[in-house]
Amino acid sequence: MKYVLESVESQFEMFQILNEDGKIVNKDDMPDLSDEDLKELMRRMVYTRILDQRSIALNRQGRLGFYAPTAGQEASQLGSQFALEQDDFILPGYRDVPQLIWQGLPLYQAFLFSRGHYHGNQMPENVRALSPQIIIGAQYVQAAGVALGMKKRGKKTVAITYTGDGGTSQGDFYEGINFAGAYQAPAIFIVQNNRFAISVPVEKQTNAKTLAQKAVAAGIEGIQVDGMDILAVYAVTKDARNRAVNGEGPTLIETMTYRYGPHTMAGDDPTRYRTDDQDSEWEKKDPLVRFRKFLEGKKLWSEEEENKVIEEAKDDIKKAIKETDAYPKQKVTDLMENMFEELPSNLQEQMEEYKEKESK
Amino acid sequence: MAQMTMIQAITDAMRTELKNDENVLVFGEDVGQNGGVFRATEGLQDEFGEDRVFDTPLAESGIGGLSIGLALEGYRPVPEIQFFGFVYEVMDSISGQMSRMRYRSGGSHTNPITIRSPFGGGVHTPELHADSLEGLIAQQPGIKVVIPSTPYDAKGLLIQSIRDNDPVLFLEHMKLYRSFRGEVPEEEYTLELGKADIKREGKDVTLIAYGAMVHASLKAAEELEKDGIEAEVIDLRTVSPIDIDTIIESVEKTNRVVVVQEAQRQAGVAANIVAEIQERAILHLEAPVLRVTAPDTVYAFSEAEEVWLPNHKDIVEKVNTVINF
Repeated sequence: MKYVLESVESQFEMFQILNEDGKIVNKDDMPDLSDEDLKELMRRMVYTRILDQRSIALNRQGRLGFYAPTAGQEASQLGSQFALEQDDFILPGYRDVPQLIWQGLPLYQAFLFSRGHYHGNQMPENVRALSPQIIIGAQYVQAAGVALGMKKRGKKTVAITYTGDGGTSQGDFYEGINFAGAYQAPAIFIVQNNRFAISVPVEKQTNAKTLAQKAVAAGIEGIQVDGMDILAVYAVTKDARNRAVNGEGPTLIETMTYRYGPHTMAGDDPTRYRTDDQDSEWEKKDPLVRFRKFLEGKKLWSEEEENKVIEEAKDDIKKAIKETDAYPKQKVTDLMENMFEELPSNLQEQMEEYKEKESK
Repeated sequence: MAQMTMIQAITDAMRTELKNDENVLVFGEDVGQNGGVFRATEGLQDEFGEDRVFDTPLAESGIGGLSIGLALEGYRPVPEIQFFGFVYEVMDSISGQMSRMRYRSGGSHTNPITIRSPFGGGVHTPELHADSLEGLIAQQPGIKVVIPSTPYDAKGLLIQSIRDNDPVLFLEHMKLYRSFRGEVPEEEYTLELGKADIKREGKDVTLIAYGAMVHASLKAAEELEKDGIEAEVIDLRTVSPIDIDTIIESVEKTNRVVVVQEAQRQAGVAANIVAEIQERAILHLEAPVLRVTAPDTVYAFSEAEEVWLPNHKDIVEKVNTVINF
């Protein structure tokens, strides 16, 4: 009898390009990015960090609704999105609003999504995406379907989907990667392993040493990557995309990352399940800090440039929240209109009733 | 007697049964060290150990299957589904499996499982967190559906649910978790499942409700009293099975009925009650039985929530209609 778990597991190593000190440790895999691209990656991370801080503040003031903080996960979110083309399709989880924004979702719509307004779910024409999924893992099976559709139509595009470490326990996760594998569909499955599914640490979530190795059972490629290293995340996503559009099938990417904040702004208290030591250990790996060091070493980034981005972000957010406030409030009758192509008789009757109620 | 919130009464009921019966196990997502996202299991892992109170991996279908398996091995599982909007992930375990276990094994296996789950609107949750989906399970033979409206009821009903030898879905309205306190005996007690409770007596009209709508009905009754209308408020406490006797007795007294549910109008628990009343007591009715419900859309999370949810004013309006019929 030959068992292979140990030997298979031990082969999954974390892929990295930039170490914690901002030094390149893997020159061979350095992606082909221009100086402008490199600066753009930094700009986006700084902008997104500010957006997170402001969103938390706006939530506390009662000006935003549902919000899942993103700080710590910028490299995982933005590095993978940067590897996409405009025609690719994004199926995000509830924390993955930044990818939508950088794909083209206006900020005020992201805020409307947070408030539970349906207009926040209406993607602009050039953004091929669903609004963030609330049910953990549901998007994984749907990504297999979008990818199969692309393959059938002969498109050179991919479906990319995101979940967290907890999401890999759902049946939908296994079904999604298995279906995509069976059809050799052009899908990219990202698992942002931020170590905790609300309070439950990944060690209690599974006996598997890595989440990337779950790809093996589905017969697809899997890779673990340093999720605090934006160059590494970009490089593996770009490679997965290339292989997908070349007909080489789907890839499972596990990004090793951390959420600095609570699970959501609805009462989660991380001090109940993690320690300050854990937090500070991960803050040392911060994606912005290490990429800033890297860029400064290349004379591509300065404090002045960073401050400019911060001001730009704050300014945009201020304008966007004004636009959000000015947008017509969602009504029950709006919901009714969004249920079917044509109003069925029960809703026709109720429409009259609620028009009257909402006109008061 | 202690003053408790509903969530404290729920914790107290679990503690009571964890003490009483070594086969009781409490588990689910975040229920261990974190004490549950609403803190319903606060302190239970410390008190009873990780063997009895534990976190599961994140998978509702897994929690359902695990419960069935543990029950087959003689345990009495009390799993938590973190929000009842996630029930679709575990529908097969509930409706396709545990509710049929007694039938399917000719009574040689039972599934004494109590699924606890928060539900209900008014607390600004995101999509699929607030939906009133009790009707889905009430339609499934082989499982009881219990919905308390007060701390006192919650404790007695939950203890009885855990002791019941068939599956029970125990739905906890989020808005009621901490909105008020009530007297709850520190000692153990049980309340019979399938038995409604008259929360207020009256002679002019019967209001039938459950969950948060019991409180909306009581508020409506206070308003109506100012106009000299005495409303009787029946809290179903169990929506499957329904306590028909209590309902009919009240209808025969008041001759007028309004049924209130937070769920959408179509194919709901209220419709079932209206049907039962007209089959059994039509000659006692002075007016059609009316319903107060939400409209037939998805739950209006956050914006528009307050208009979407039925309230005491809607109830007063319908009562006036049946009174003036």
